Amino acid sequence: MPLNQELRQFVTDNFLFGKNNASLADHDSFLDKGIIDSTGVLELVAFLDERYGIHVQDHDLVPDNLDSIDNLARFVSSKLPRN
Amino acid sequence: MTAGGELASREVLKGMIHMLRHRGPDETGVHVEPGVGLAHARLSIIDLAGGGQPMHNEDSSLWITFNGEIFNYLELREELIQKGHVFATRSDTEVILHLYEEKGEDCVTYLNGQWAFAIWDRNRRRLFLSRDRLGVRPLFYTWVGRNLVFGSEIKALFLYPGVRRELDLNGLDEVFTYWCSVPPRTVFQGVLELPPGNSMTVEAGRATVRPYWEAAYEGDCGVVDAAKESDYAEQLLDLMIDATRIRLRADVPVGAYLSGGLDSTLTTALIKKFTNTRLRTFSVSFEDAEFDESPYQREAMRFLDTDHQEVRVTAAQIGAALPEVIWHTEKPILRTAPAPLFLLSKMVRDSGYKVVITGEGADEILGGYDIFKEAKIRRFWRAQPNSRMRPLLLRRLYPYLDKIQNQSDAYRKAFFHIQVDPALEAFFSHIPRWQLTAKLKSFFSDSARAELGSDSSYAAISAGLPGRYSSWPGFCQAQYLETKYLLPGYILSSQGDRVAMAHSVEGRFPFLDYRVVEFASKLPVSLKMKVLDEKYLLRRCAKGLIPTSVRTRRKQPYRAPEGSSLLDPAAREYVEELLSPARIRRDGIFDPQSVEKLLDKFRRGAAIGIKDNMSLVGIVSTQLLVHQYINNFDRKGIAYAA
Repeated sequence: MPLNQELRQFVTDNFLFGKNNASLADHDSFLDKGIIDSTGVLELVAFLDERYGIHVQDHDLVPDNLDSIDNLARFVSSKLPRN
Repeated sequence: MTAGGELASREVLKGMIHMLRHRGPDETGVHVEPGVGLAHARLSIIDLAGGGQPMHNEDSSLWITFNGEIFNYLELREELIQKGHVFATRSDTEVILHLYEEKGEDCVTYLNGQWAFAIWDRNRRRLFLSRDRLGVRPLFYTWVGRNLVFGSEIKALFLYPGVRRELDLNGLDEVFTYWCSVPPRTVFQGVLELPPGNSMTVEAGRATVRPYWEAAYEGDCGVVDAAKESDYAEQLLDLMIDATRIRLRADVPVGAYLSGGLDSTLTTALIKKFTNTRLRTFSVSFEDAEFDESPYQREAMRFLDTDHQEVRVTAAQIGAALPEVIWHTEKPILRTAPAPLFLLSKMVRDSGYKVVITGEGADEILGGYDIFKEAKIRRFWRAQPNSRMRPLLLRRLYPYLDKIQNQSDAYRKAFFHIQVDPALEAFFSHIPRWQLTAKLKSFFSDSARAELGSDSSYAAISAGLPGRYSSWPGFCQAQYLETKYLLPGYILSSQGDRVAMAHSVEGRFPFLDYRVVEFASKLPVSLKMKVLDEKYLLRRCAKGLIPTSVRTRRKQPYRAPEGSSLLDPAAREYVEELLSPARIRRDGIFDPQSVEKLLDKFRRGAAIGIKDNMSLVGIVSTQLLVHQYINNFDRKGIAYAA
């Protein structure tokens, strides 16, 4: 599954409970849309660890890295080993 | 009340009052005459032998049914006797009757207490109903044609022939925004709640509702010098002493809740001033250290030398109790917090007590809640949005919530940087809470959402704001919103009267003595929250009266295990059944797929957030309400609790 789609699936299942899939654009801010709360951030971090083996450092815990599907995809891509 | 003067059925009235027997198991009474039928379930507290109801005056031209207490009844009685009134009993009930004779409908402005009553004025063929200022005691009514049906709880109304049992989606929408429906609306169609501080007159099938009191927070933001501050502290303590003193009036022993916080420890300390007998205190403790306050409770208990008893509550007990709790709250809840208090009142009752004094109300009137602090920091930051220092104060918020504390500063700033539409500035403090809660409505079914639309103007609350509201300081506006809506709609009902009365226990609240409330409402804001020190003046008053550790600890709001309690084996069976796709689809309020995904998130042990917990508790409690009140009422829908 392409990265963006996989991230979207996680966000849809865990934060939107299957709803509004179509209304969430890849660049939409999770914070502005009220999708993510303080636990949601920790959930995202746990998901990135479990699924991609990415250990998110404290200085990486910023909305620029985690606050939209686009931001997440960019962040994950930058952390994954390059082939 | 029948508009045409017909006789109400005595059998129906008996059935209705039987439904409320938990509120008054000691005695019941019914009175029927052309035009009206009154019933009463008595919890005997004052004048055990002579206070039976419905009660009438000397010539039987006035009849009253009354739930509650008038704490200044002795003083009023004395004044009325001096004016020539002759009393047949020692009860506070009779004082209301004579006061009505003397003052008419203005009688309520002389009462210091907590009440819901109806007076039948035979000569005028008029029914006069009233509810106390802050909404301690509940009062609901509905119409069947031109006949008025009323009662302390909705379940009694549903036994009257012709009263429909249907959910009001708009009422539900309000609960899933404000945590409570906004009076007069309830979550049941056609069933209305008399708002706190209001009276209602019904004549010939027509009702007139009239406010007689309104909380008005008009404190200024000026600086208070030391002498003035001392003066305020002395006045507040004097008022609290008297408010507590008159709340000890009872012909049965009075106990106290001792939560381990500032408010109930202070009220308990004040009770000790007036009693030579050993005082019984009661508290909730939790197995889960995240919620438990028992170390502070024990410290307070040792300091005040009370006979203390605690009910140690587990997640399993909360899950098992919830069906019965919802039977009593008669509205959905978004947190499980009422359940431990339901278990606490059972312990109180089993210990032979039916009256307890608690610290409820202090956070609203004296500035204790986190929502006040959060709004204060957000406002301070908004004044200089580019300041690097101001948002650092956000670290001071919610010290007891690890998930907030563990966030990076960048995320903490993002969470609290909430833009408020200038048109909604009046609700600056509450917009974050209401917006977060409204997110739960994404679980509503498509049809429910289509019916409700997407209005987020908070019109129900806007419509009721007092004329001077916009001129009040933001801190006072926030206090008003808490006092006017959440206090009666949730704190005093779902978490108060309803779960206490479930076991025939009456709560009494010195902080909600109207003299204390009116005094507090005029206090300078800086005495409520000095910089970021909540309940500043009250802490000062409590010096020397309670343990220093309790007096100086930061507020920890009362919370209980949430969603996990509903996934416990003790609850899992009914939760899975009520939330099964087939049930959800049939009942039509929620979306089956979303509910299933939410449940799945809990089942697989994922990290659970505030919104997830509120969603699950809200959905389960709504489904319980539908099960008990809509689908199975005739078969005593409480069966799940058995």
